[in-house]
Amino acid sequence: MSKITNKFKDMTDTELLLTITIVVFFLMYIGAIIFQGKGFLKPQTFFNILNANAALIILSCGMSVVMITGGIDISVGGVTALVSMCAAVYLDFKGGNVAVSMLIAIGIGLAYGLVQGFLVAYLDIQPFIVSLAGMFFARGMTTIVNTNPFNVQNESFQALKNARIIVPGMGSVNKKGVYVNAYVEIGVIVAIVIVILMFCLLKWTKLGRNFYAVGGNKQSALMLGINVKKTKFMSHMICSLLAGIGGYVYFLHVGSGAATHAQGAEMNAIASSIIGGTMLTGGVGNIIGTFFGVLSLSTIQNIVSSAGLDQAWWTGITIAAMLCIFLVIQSVVMARKKRAIKK
Amino acid sequence: MKKSVVFIILICMICVLAVGCAQGVSRKTAEEGPVEKKEDLIVVGFSQVGAESDWRKENSESMRSAFTRDKGYELIFEDAQQKQANQITAIRTFIQRGVDYIVLAPVAEDGWDTVLGEARDAGIPVIVVDRMVNVEDESLFTCWVGSDFRLESQKACRWLKVYLDKQHFKPGDVNIVDIQGTIGSSAQIGRTRGLRDAVIDNGWNLLDAVPGEFTQAKGREATARLLEKYDNINVVYCENDNEAFGALEAIEAAGRRPGRNIRAGDVMVISFDGVSSQALDNLRSGSISCIGECNPLHGPRVRKIIENIEKGETPDKYEYVDEDIFSGYEGITEISVDGKSYPVKIMGK
Repeated sequence: MSKITNKFKDMTDTELLLTITIVVFFLMYIGAIIFQGKGFLKPQTFFNILNANAALIILSCGMSVVMITGGIDISVGGVTALVSMCAAVYLDFKGGNVAVSMLIAIGIGLAYGLVQGFLVAYLDIQPFIVSLAGMFFARGMTTIVNTNPFNVQNESFQALKNARIIVPGMGSVNKKGVYVNAYVEIGVIVAIVIVILMFCLLKWTKLGRNFYAVGGNKQSALMLGINVKKTKFMSHMICSLLAGIGGYVYFLHVGSGAATHAQGAEMNAIASSIIGGTMLTGGVGNIIGTFFGVLSLSTIQNIVSSAGLDQAWWTGITIAAMLCIFLVIQSVVMARKKRAIKK
Repeated sequence: MKKSVVFIILICMICVLAVGCAQGVSRKTAEEGPVEKKEDLIVVGFSQVGAESDWRKENSESMRSAFTRDKGYELIFEDAQQKQANQITAIRTFIQRGVDYIVLAPVAEDGWDTVLGEARDAGIPVIVVDRMVNVEDESLFTCWVGSDFRLESQKACRWLKVYLDKQHFKPGDVNIVDIQGTIGSSAQIGRTRGLRDAVIDNGWNLLDAVPGEFTQAKGREATARLLEKYDNINVVYCENDNEAFGALEAIEAAGRRPGRNIRAGDVMVISFDGVSSQALDNLRSGSISCIGECNPLHGPRVRKIIENIEKGETPDKYEYVDEDIFSGYEGITEISVDGKSYPVKIMGK
């Protein structure tokens, strides 16, 4: 027992919260398999969760970076809608090509990062207010670009949208006895690459460590000679850039432009980051945790609907309960750990 | 002391969660009963658009009561909250759960090729209800059940024409605004097109067409704005009842009177659906002049189709449900569209 306690003490806050997240996710998934059986046993169910949430994973990665630095960005959902609509209009009405539409997405992300980062870091405005304005602006612009929702018909885009990456050996036999391959969409690959990149960035680069330092304690970071303003600016740049990329991945998944796209995505991204062990107060967090946070969030949604609780509000209530439980677990564990160290 | 309190709270919360889950499970197994009985149940996955209007609620209710356990069905109901992405996710979940049939009430017409292809690969028949799907390969869905929205609109417009002729109203004096439904839905497309055609044929003025998303709030907002913008509106054409309720509020708030006596300055309201008692009461009181019925009772019809497929029959590709036209005005008892005559159901006081 003392060995475990020692190990417990040696862990950093970030590692500890990450462990909790991963353990809870696996417990939940195992629970789903035991109680709901059937569907959850098929690997494709898991891949579907990834397919539907690739964009959210990317958005949440950006959100975690901002939150680790002690800020917040609630414009990411709006940026997603704006990116989808601009790309959709460009592809269908202007007859554009897919590569340029991706550049548009990245451009929108970078522009957002520049403006919001500048306002937050150099003019010292509250990130919540800045990104709130950003969110309204993005939703408004989306409607100005095109009011009505529509599906993109562009052929090369359709080809990209329907492209499937077969996961070998994970398929299952359908009712007619035909073997159906398991697959993931291209967006999932993008999301996984971004998770790995962001993980490396936070773990092994100077910039990554600066994010933690600034989020943990701005004063000491300043005294250590860290450029706090630049670090904050960079965190918003990364978050908005990822919102642009995530927006395109979302667009690739739904294949349409609409002003109502990704409504509430920013809140899901914040919830996922928190479930993944990122703290709103800054300085603590991990990208792998965020990844599992997104998976936990969507797994619980899947469980709720499979359990026959079909009313839409049940999902909201379960997410609320889950967030609550996670926050309590986090604070209890942290408090116990602090006490253990004191002793 | 503090430590133990927090710990107890935590344990309580986990217990609540565990018990909640366990209850869910035990309830489920209790309902399923003996194992052999479970084998007989036909599992139907239904992806519904949402719960935006009375019509939709009535439609969901019809499906729920058609596919009950004692009739030999298990219904998995998924509310998509007006988002196509949610419906695609729901269909994929149905496929993974291995349901026997998928019933889809699509939120929009386009963008279904991929996911319906997946359902076909999994060998699950798809029955589309209410709105249509626009797919390249029609074999992606087994059949479609729903309303002829264009005909509903043609009937309502015909009623308006006959009424205006009876009142010796000049076509050039008729100023219509169109409160549209959710853009891109079959109901909106059919009802808007029906009105456009009638406006051109009869020489009426269509002042404006704005989206009202089939909701009361949006209907009120849109109508209020239009009444401010144009002072000569005499017909408000709402593409469903909930929009019409909003329009009635807006008309009264603007100091105008909803009714069919256009010559005296009334604003006539025409609407569709006719499922809620509130709509029929409004018809009787005369504040809504005419309603093109849209039948929401798809459940029994879909069940019939599934029964036929189980017997090995091939259902008709397109099936229209029968629909009436309602009015509180006794002067018109019959209208004809494309040479076919339809009786008008008069709602007496």
